[in-house]
Amino acid sequence: MSEPILELRDIKAGYGSIKALKGINIKVYEGEIVSIIGANGAGKSTTLMTICNIVQATSGDIFYKGERINNIVSDKLPKMGLCQVPEGRRIFPRLTIEENLDMGAFFRNDKEIEDDKERVFGMFPILRERCKQAGGTLSGGEQQMLAIGRALMSRPKVLLLDEPSLGLAPLIVKQIFSIIKEINSLGTTIILVEQNAKVALSMANRGYVLETGNVVMEDEAKALLNNPDIQKAYLGE
Amino acid sequence: MEYFLQQLINGITLGSVYALIALGYTMVYGIIQLINFAHGEFFAAGGYVGVIFMSYLLSQGAPAWVCLSGSLILAMAYCAMLAVAVEKVAYKPLRNSSRLSVLLSALGMSIFLQNGLMLTQGVYDKAYPTELTQGGFEMGNVMLSYMQLFIVSLTAFLLVALNVLVFKTRIGKAMRSTAQDKVMSALVGINANRTISITFAIGAALAAAAGIMVGLYYGSVRYDMGFVPGIKAFAAAVLGGIGNITGAMIGGFIIGMVEIFAAGYISGEYKDVFAFVILIAVLYFRPSGIMGENVDDTRV
Repeated sequence: MSEPILELRDIKAGYGSIKALKGINIKVYEGEIVSIIGANGAGKSTTLMTICNIVQATSGDIFYKGERINNIVSDKLPKMGLCQVPEGRRIFPRLTIEENLDMGAFFRNDKEIEDDKERVFGMFPILRERCKQAGGTLSGGEQQMLAIGRALMSRPKVLLLDEPSLGLAPLIVKQIFSIIKEINSLGTTIILVEQNAKVALSMANRGYVLETGNVVMEDEAKALLNNPDIQKAYLGE
Repeated sequence: MEYFLQQLINGITLGSVYALIALGYTMVYGIIQLINFAHGEFFAAGGYVGVIFMSYLLSQGAPAWVCLSGSLILAMAYCAMLAVAVEKVAYKPLRNSSRLSVLLSALGMSIFLQNGLMLTQGVYDKAYPTELTQGGFEMGNVMLSYMQLFIVSLTAFLLVALNVLVFKTRIGKAMRSTAQDKVMSALVGINANRTISITFAIGAALAAAAGIMVGLYYGSVRYDMGFVPGIKAFAAAVLGGIGNITGAMIGGFIIGMVEIFAAGYISGEYKDVFAFVILIAVLYFRPSGIMGENVDDTRV
């Protein structure tokens, strides 16, 4: 196989004395959807925050397109094509929907920003209807759409999604995941962190299982879905 | 009636000054949740840079408008740079410390800057050139001096410019988003440190403009002139709803107005008390201020 677009080698990270990641290895290849599943506190969100250098890795290397990015400050990464939709969506509550989308394209100054905005509105028509409303007034599902839309405005090569299904009604979850698939089919590599392991694995190419800061299993997503241990621990069967 | 009108004009003038200073408090609070107690010193420094440069220009025979605008621009630029330096030295290293540490650092900075001003400029009042803004309009017994007109119209211009900057421009968007969520702002590519520096610079530039206005209005500046107006402007920012730009403007005008009317109708000797009475009342009855939480979207 070719070189991975994103690779974590023996990454350790934590908060103060708490070791959240104890040396994890993850490879993501271009065009893939890779799912990271695991229980609360397994280190899933920390993994994404470490990739974006919001949490600093205490040891190990992160490579993106062959370049070591451990020391690149967070706010330089979107321009390089690495973009995250963090847990809890983190909409700017007092900016309007449209301003929130503009923030996604903050580092850009090309002429196609408006076209991209149209594309996002096409994907999520509800956002167009409410574009002058403050972000904080949206429902959870709409905020998730806005968060994804905002990320798309940066034209990411690799999109990190942290629990996009959290707290959403099943119907909305379905809608969000079909959009994620669509984004992927248009060429964006996706890392999907999820507690909803069943949905996540059923759409992913490969999956990693995190437990208390370690990768305890990695495999093709289908294989994980059929693995009895995984079924018992994460799929509620 | 004439007395009332006269007090109204005076109140708006003083309110302009408080509004300009209050904006710096509120913007900095909005973005890093710090009450920048050194903010009053930017106001004083602006007053000094203004008087030094204005006197120089005047001695070179420059026309009045050059003296005024030249010293204004220089004072604003100087204080902007001073504020950026203060933030880098005294606040940035404490970014992840407790809020109390930063607050103490701000108090220390205030004492440091004030004493610096005293050591370099002396303890005595420094007189502003008065010949630049003499005269005015008289309507019966009501007097609107050119000075007051200058102060109020300059303030109006600065307030409009600030609103455009914060709500219409890219850098304004960066300021507002950084104020709302620093991590998310970084994740969309905003350099938080730079945005914070710019916020300090803008706040201090406005305070510098206020420093010149006060110098012109009262005819002199003093090394410790930043303290009392600083605290009153802080009261104004709290009254308006700390973190809210429109609130700081409204709060500034209210405090200025209350002070003048209280001095005019109740007691001149107690005029300084009223701003603090308002501050205590606001903290007691409505801690979020006039424009606080859920009322309006003009927080930074």
